[in-house]
Amino acid sequence: MISTTMICAQDHSGHKHSGQGHSGHDHSGHSHGTKAPGKHVTPKKVGSHAGHNHGADGHDHGSHSKDAHAHGDHDPNKNFNVNEMIMHHIMDSHEFHIAGDMAIPLPVILYVPGEGLKTFLSSKFEHGHKEVDGFAMHHGKVVSTKGYESADLFNLIGGSDNKLYYDFSITKNVFTMMLGALIMFLLFMMVARGYKNRAGKSPKGLQAVMEPLFVFIQDEVAKPNIPHKWQKYLPFLMTLFFFILICNLLGLIPFFPGSGNVSGNIAFTFVLAFIASMVVNFSANKHFWAHTLWMPGVPVAIKPILGVIEFIGVIIIKPASLMIRLFANISGGHIIILSLISLIFIFGQMGESIPGVAVGSIVSTVFVLFMNCIELFVAFLQAFIFTILTALYIGQAVEEPEHH
Amino acid sequence: MIYGIAAIGAGLAAIGAGVGIGQIGGKAMEAIARQPEASGEIRTSMLIVAALVEGAALFAIVVAFLAAAPAA
Repeated sequence: MISTTMICAQDHSGHKHSGQGHSGHDHSGHSHGTKAPGKHVTPKKVGSHAGHNHGADGHDHGSHSKDAHAHGDHDPNKNFNVNEMIMHHIMDSHEFHIAGDMAIPLPVILYVPGEGLKTFLSSKFEHGHKEVDGFAMHHGKVVSTKGYESADLFNLIGGSDNKLYYDFSITKNVFTMMLGALIMFLLFMMVARGYKNRAGKSPKGLQAVMEPLFVFIQDEVAKPNIPHKWQKYLPFLMTLFFFILICNLLGLIPFFPGSGNVSGNIAFTFVLAFIASMVVNFSANKHFWAHTLWMPGVPVAIKPILGVIEFIGVIIIKPASLMIRLFANISGGHIIILSLISLIFIFGQMGESIPGVAVGSIVSTVFVLFMNCIELFVAFLQAFIFTILTALYIGQAVEEPEHH
Repeated sequence: MIYGIAAIGAGLAAIGAGVGIGQIGGKAMEAIARQPEASGEIRTSMLIVAALVEGAALFAIVVAFLAAAPAA
């Protein structure tokens, strides 16, 4: 009965509908096959596009706990599908799920050329039971009932047979990113005002918290790696560090304003890595490209091969590693914490066994506490690593040739 | 069946990460023991290299995810 927690992240990066036009906003334009109740499906095929049961559990009942969950149907026989719960919380959604049926709905903002702008709260969909204005909610994602396709980078560039609509909804990730930006703005405004008002005096309060972080990034990350031009790149590196840090920390908070899994979303990390690689490539001088493509000091026969390898490394591999490192660390941490919390439900078999719930709660609390401490450390570490690697790449790119 | 193999792959990636980062940590300890004044720089370098090694292991984990749930 304990469902094997098969960790299958729905990685949309290879999928042509990945939402790269809207950073952090998960798009899934494909339609999922309808579930047939009572159907035996083993093994689970979460995310499979073969039209099979999406997220069907491998249990004997064949009941789909997420549907029953959403319907508010407290059927005691329904099983707790750990995999679905975890995936639901890792991925983007149009509401902040609190407990059971309670959720804080978020606005859905759609623009259909010809029909105008449609805005409504996602609660109008009633978890996928109701159609609103030509749109329905399928597995937490907005799909068009008229066959329109959601516009993303691939549709806009490549063209599409169906009519395109533009999805500007404020989803969980968008809300968390906006909140993170707001927090950063307020924090630094307050610190700057503190420095202005207390000029010449020792830092107090919020300044005392931010100053060590800021000076650490300036002195240990920016200056050693970019020897002479660090001032030009300091705002970018600071923004990178603090934004990733705040988004990581917001993801660790388990309730409303937090709980959005932003940095564990591969579209978000892709955009960050893309911007970092653009900064590196456009600030690289001729000396860097000359060395990269035609490396001095190796036999002539090897230079072209090495040139190709180095070029691919600079353009693709290094930004990709930045992207995957942040994504896998943060989302892996969230998956582990969610799995440990599900231990409570698994031990208690959804409330059927009170001693089970008690034991499960104690065990789970200890583990979750431990994992949250590690995740706090990882939040700081991953923001620091992203920043220092970007600084390293920038430093390599703007290096002036040594004069012998 | 595929999920079992994907899980084994993820486990091997974890072994790789563990061995790599363990080596880095061990050498860093030795270096700090030899020259305690340099412990700050050694610690910073250790963290950077650990992140790079872990990045490689995480590539493998992501491939295991993709193998377990083929998202075409």
